[in-house]
Amino acid sequence: MLSEIERRELEDAVKHYPDKRGAAIDALLTIQRRRGWISDDTLFEIAQFLEITAEDLDSVATFYNLVFRKPVGRHVAFMCDSISCWIKGCEQVQEQIKKLYDVDLGQTTSDGRLTVLPIACLGQCERAPALLIDQDVYGNVTPEKIEQIVEKYK
Amino acid sequence: MATIIVDNKSYTVDEQQNVLAACLGHGLNVPYFCWHPAMGSVGACRQCAVKQFKDDRDQSGRLVMSCMTPATNGTRISIDDPEAKAFRASVIEWLMVNHPHDCPVCDEGGECHLQDMTVMTRHVYRRYRYQKRTHRNQALGPFIRHEMNRCIQCYRCVRYYRDYAGGRDLNVFGSHDAVYFGREQDGTLENEFSGNLVEVCPTGVFTDKTFFHHYTRKWDLQAAQSICPHCSLGCNTTAGERSGTLRRITNRFNSQVNGYFLCDRGRFGYEYVNSPHRIKRAVVRPDCDRTKPGQPEEVPQAIEIAADRLRRARGVVGLGSPRASLEANVALRSLVDPQHFYQGVDEQERQLLSTILKIFQTGPVPSASIHDAEQSDAVFVLGADLLNEAPRLALALLQSIRQEPMEQVDELKIPRWDEAAVRNAVQNRRGPLFLAGYQRTWFHEYATDTYFAAPDDIARLGFAVAGSIGQGTPSVPDLSPEVKDLTQRIAEALTHAQRPLIIAGTKSGSQATIEAAANVAWALHQQGKQPRLSFVLPECNSAGLALLGGGRLNDAFDAIRQGKADTVIVLENDLYRRAEAANVDAFLETAQTVVVIDSVEHRTTAHADVLLPSATGPESDGTFVNQEGRAQRFYQVFVPDGDVKESWRWLSELGRATSQEGGSESGVAAWRNFDDAVSATATAAPALARIGEVAPSASFRLVGQKVPRQSERYSGRTSLISHLTMHEPPPPVDHDSPLGFTMEGYRGPLPSPLISQFWAPGWNSIQAVNTYQDEVGGPLRDEMPGVRLIEPVATKASGWFTTIPRAFQPTAHQWLLLPLSAVFGSDELSNRSPAIAERIGKPFLSLHPSDGARLTLEDHSTVDLVLQGTTYRLVVHLDPSTPVGTAGLSLVPEVSGVSMPAWVDLLKAIQTEHKRRAA
Amino acid sequence: MERPLTQHIHPDGTTRTLREYVKTGGYRCLQRLSSGLAPKDLQRLVTDAGLRGRGGGGFLTGTKWSFVPMGADAPKPKYIVANGDEMEPGTFKDRVLMEGDPHGLVEGMILAGYAIDAEVGYIFLRGEYHLSAQRLTEAIAEAYAAGYLGTPLPGTGFRFDLHLHASAGRYICGEETALINALEGKRAVPRAKPPFPQTVGLWGKPTVVQNVETLYNIPHIVNQGSDWYHRLSRTQDGGTKIYGISGRVANPGWWELPLGTTAREVLEQHAGGMADGVCFRGLLPGGISTAFMTEEHLDLPLDFSSIPPEIGRLGTATMIVLDDHTCPVGFVLNLEKFFARESCGWCTPCREGLPWVAKLLMSFEEGRATSEDLSLLKMHTKWLAPGHTFCGLAPGAMAPLQSALKYFHDDFERHISTRGCPWSKKSSQQKVLV
Ligand SMILES: Cc1cc2nc3c(=O)[nH]c(=O)nc-3n(C[C@H](O)[C@H](O)[C@H](O)COP(=O)(O)O)c2cc1C
Ligand code: SF4
Ligand code: FES
Repeated sequence: MLSEIERRELEDAVKHYPDKRGAAIDALLTIQRRRGWISDDTLFEIAQFLEITAEDLDSVATFYNLVFRKPVGRHVAFMCDSISCWIKGCEQVQEQIKKLYDVDLGQTTSDGRLTVLPIACLGQCERAPALLIDQDVYGNVTPEKIEQIVEKYK
Repeated sequence: MATIIVDNKSYTVDEQQNVLAACLGHGLNVPYFCWHPAMGSVGACRQCAVKQFKDDRDQSGRLVMSCMTPATNGTRISIDDPEAKAFRASVIEWLMVNHPHDCPVCDEGGECHLQDMTVMTRHVYRRYRYQKRTHRNQALGPFIRHEMNRCIQCYRCVRYYRDYAGGRDLNVFGSHDAVYFGREQDGTLENEFSGNLVEVCPTGVFTDKTFFHHYTRKWDLQAAQSICPHCSLGCNTTAGERSGTLRRITNRFNSQVNGYFLCDRGRFGYEYVNSPHRIKRAVVRPDCDRTKPGQPEEVPQAIEIAADRLRRARGVVGLGSPRASLEANVALRSLVDPQHFYQGVDEQERQLLSTILKIFQTGPVPSASIHDAEQSDAVFVLGADLLNEAPRLALALLQSIRQEPMEQVDELKIPRWDEAAVRNAVQNRRGPLFLAGYQRTWFHEYATDTYFAAPDDIARLGFAVAGSIGQGTPSVPDLSPEVKDLTQRIAEALTHAQRPLIIAGTKSGSQATIEAAANVAWALHQQGKQPRLSFVLPECNSAGLALLGGGRLNDAFDAIRQGKADTVIVLENDLYRRAEAANVDAFLETAQTVVVIDSVEHRTTAHADVLLPSATGPESDGTFVNQEGRAQRFYQVFVPDGDVKESWRWLSELGRATSQEGGSESGVAAWRNFDDAVSATATAAPALARIGEVAPSASFRLVGQKVPRQSERYSGRTSLISHLTMHEPPPPVDHDSPLGFTMEGYRGPLPSPLISQFWAPGWNSIQAVNTYQDEVGGPLRDEMPGVRLIEPVATKASGWFTTIPRAFQPTAHQWLLLPLSAVFGSDELSNRSPAIAERIGKPFLSLHPSDGARLTLEDHSTVDLVLQGTTYRLVVHLDPSTPVGTAGLSLVPEVSGVSMPAWVDLLKAIQTEHKRRAA
Repeated sequence: MERPLTQHIHPDGTTRTLREYVKTGGYRCLQRLSSGLAPKDLQRLVTDAGLRGRGGGGFLTGTKWSFVPMGADAPKPKYIVANGDEMEPGTFKDRVLMEGDPHGLVEGMILAGYAIDAEVGYIFLRGEYHLSAQRLTEAIAEAYAAGYLGTPLPGTGFRFDLHLHASAGRYICGEETALINALEGKRAVPRAKPPFPQTVGLWGKPTVVQNVETLYNIPHIVNQGSDWYHRLSRTQDGGTKIYGISGRVANPGWWELPLGTTAREVLEQHAGGMADGVCFRGLLPGGISTAFMTEEHLDLPLDFSSIPPEIGRLGTATMIVLDDHTCPVGFVLNLEKFFARESCGWCTPCREGLPWVAKLLMSFEEGRATSEDLSLLKMHTKWLAPGHTFCGLAPGAMAPLQSALKYFHDDFERHISTRGCPWSKKSSQQKVLV
């Protein structure tokens, strides 16, 4: 069941569009912000709110990168793997993460703390390599600095 | 008309088309995937690339997608251009990147559009040498098999299922090279038209699961033209057989009727033919002893016994059938004499049918074909639950609601074939569709307005609409303000339309509804519109039987009861579906002799003293008349084993056996082949005079040859029964039709009723239909789409129907019990097919929640309902669309004998667990 | 040198409030609308200024607007959309503007909306731009409170509503018709053109999609006129441009410079040349959908008209530099993996071709490539051309590959002949994600 707050947030989102369906993506992201990911049940609840079928909504949900249809950790680190970051050594950073936390791209640490995902260019190319954890951007990341950054997220 | 230049040759084409359709119409082979004649262009697959040149000086040109290029005058393209060819081959190479190359084990093999296009583009060698992506397949229910790895991502399935057929539970998921077409979770595809996926999918992702259970290659099928017997619309099908088993049904294109699509009942309902309950032997009850069960009997003896009884009878009554062919009914009528021939339907149905015939015969408005329905720009449905009673018509209406918004599309200069653009321009706008009925389905969500009410109120709405359109039409007193408003909206929409369509149903038994519909159509006609009128009839040959005429069922019952007759012949009819069980019991028990001719066992066959096994539709030749009055021929697909024969043939033999020895044979006794049956039918009733024109007669030959039922690749003929004998048996001889049970014969252009399989060199899939049309999507070349037996002669209505029922009044104790049709469950024959049986719901009783409260019944609770002497166990559905004071009873096999509508005291008739315990 | 778009942006990365914005002349030109500048006049002004779209295509903005049906009979509502998807790798110019001066976008949207008589605007922002989202949300709220949004502009009857839409992430969302589908809450699959969004766009209504940077130019054109605007530029295309540079250069960053500045100037004067120890081999002038330029092209003016099509195109003007310590094949592999992953999956050549290309490049890197693979790569660059695929994504993907095959052909050959990547120590194995 959608909570009262969630429902209100969805109702706000819907106001920006001429039909409820228009808010599908906003709705998914809004609820995901609260629940971390979109489970089948969540999907169904949102679809019901938007008056579309779960098929309809999942067709949209599975298209986009930032909608998680599988559980993620408490924090999500998006490692930019696009060209400028690659030139500047994002792979070394990623290896360091793997060494420190034993996670590959697409995996979550065993303690459920951190999910590491690859992401397309974060638009921080002048400070490559870049990293986005939750909503915080880090530029000029190096293998040496990474532990200090990640440690902020418990 | 426009001229386009293709590889330096000029072609005259319709400029409303795209270049792909224009080329295909001229027999030019351009490969394609995502385009479909009924679904337009979206430009996704890039398979249809051709070179376009600006003018004759342009030497380089540029690749364009022919499906997205309008065929405007002067368009100059090349199909043969080397670059275009190479690109098209490359598209196949890309599609093969992830394709599993499993043709040898794929059900689509041999009729696969992907195979055809691969050959057409000459792609032969795949250079991709990396791993392929794989998908998990889904269990999609009894009809459809799913093998996602074969997918070429043409998006046709979702476009068909969602956009065309209104389905919801199939979609595309994911992105890039990992797109997935399926359901959210495993589960049965819900849409009533899911079976068309089998033909829409150009490869083997969606295949026919019923076919899979007794699979054979397409080229090994012996096939003939059939007419679907599962509702009154008469969709054209091709039925395919091998080794005595009917293997599958596919769509057979008829531009006026079903076009490219069937419903699932029609496609998957065929397996009654293979049912273990088939009657295969003649059965006779020894010594006329009703206490003994019937015993198999040799055919000559069975005939002799039956003939003997008939000769000695003190009067014979013959009961015809709306599911038997016209010829079979005429045969019976001839055998028993017309005055002893009774329409084997209940009186209410007989009356409705005769009213409907009169409306068409005397009124100025023609009946609507399904094609007309698709083209209509405003629709008003009275009392018919189309999705369940005439599904293909509901599918047509899903297209009709796109007609009105198309004007806007034209204004924006978007070609109508530019499907995605049309949808974007139209958004959610839909043309007028008004649905008045008493059962809600998902189809109602496409309606402009819905009205759920008892039949009398629906009729009143109809009369009111007619009243506000026409001059001199009777008006309806005491309408509520809401209904008045609705009346206005409907009247306005209909009068704004050019081609309005009025549809009414017969299921509710309401004469007034039929008359109201006629008034509306006639009023529109009076106002200078070109309306069409359509009535949904109970069965596949209801119209044919009505045209033939015949007595009332009750009179037949009376004749036996009063001793005027003592012998009964029942033709392909389960009387227990027609009348209360007690009456039927009395009738059959009183009769001295009961002869039943039918194909599948049922309660009536159990009473037979002589039971003669009749051929089913695919085992016989015959003519059905569909609900618009279109007579259509179906042909025998294969010769059944056992004693099985066409009903008309049994009757003809009985005729001969009962004729005076030495006397000249007359009537049915003189029939030797199907042509005789047709000639006799043509003289049986004036309206049937043109039956002979429906299809070529048995003597029809092309280049002196018959038309083969088997493909030129039919395999194993010499060894099919090698486990029994070394010798290849001679093929059966067909005296009844121009078709042969062979591979040999004429292969070339055919009159359309003789086309069973669409095939052309290079086109092994169903897409070959294109090669049979002058304009793709249009009629077949020289199409003979059946013969419409009734066309209006009157130029204006001779008078209005004026009997307006009083408003429906719920009563304190009585509820009006109304039949609720079910697409899976209400049809007698298809219910015998295992796949359909799996989809039949539990019997239920639908009540308005307020009535539920009055009866202290909870939603989904189970009750026992005592009706007409029988107790039925039913699940309660509390549904606000059920009109207060009525109760809906689902027409599934368990309740097939209840006659409705009927008034029932539910307070008394319902037994709940609670009540039972109290008692 | 004037820098109208960025001169007021705080160097410390903090945002500019409404008050600050107004103090430097912000929202002033709305008064001109009130005092009689008609939508058609505004369209003409922008046409005269020669403003060309900054989203990569360089289409004339005024011309684009002229296709929108105007007048009383025109469909309603019409929409204006700011394309702030900015997922083109190497590109970060719109972010700089939105974070630094969010009100500039709001004002640009109001003006563009006015020009085409659109009542509603959407800012389509890529989901990862959290800071931009936050600042734009604040700016929109401020603009509503101040009556720039949501209330009729005095004397015009024009009322404009503006909404922010955060994307759920997909590069294809940047393509304007896919963006429209995304805004409608659907899968971001492109639409065929015609019909163009200007006639059939969002929810079937006339819609104009403009790049964020394009919109920032409009208030300045209105304030200072088209002549002034032309003078900003060194070439025939009007205005300034935000140029950026990333890769192994001494000072990666962005600069607002006159249109027509050369790559050499940006690289050497502004970015301080190559980083220590590496040499220049080539650059992609504006995002990864553009073709490589090499030493010989560095003095071409970077604008929409001066780069010959056989060399390439400007794109977003945010350059990515390839140095001699980076494997050009690995470089292109990275790009093609991106494109393969971001294909929407609608049309065959892109959906199936790009992953194949990525796998081919992978086999070069892994030393399994043959000369046939080289011809397969070339085949793809030929077939995935504009018009052959449904939208511009796949042709964009071929631009760097095709030019790499031309300029770095020897490097490809070397991968075949030495059965591996000569740079392999540096560019450790990349796995193709399937
Ligand atoms: C694959 C693809 C991605 C694109 N991404 C963007 C983008 O992120 N931002 C953008 O402004 N334009 C992008 N475009 C261009 C837009 O389609 C559109 O041309 C542009 O937003 C128009 O704005 P302008 O005329 O102001 O440049 C992209 C185009 C393609 C084909
Ligand atoms: S080129 Fe085709 S598959 Fe690729 S993004 Fe465009 S439409 Fe989608
Ligand atoms: S048939 Fe033309 S692109 Fe698919």
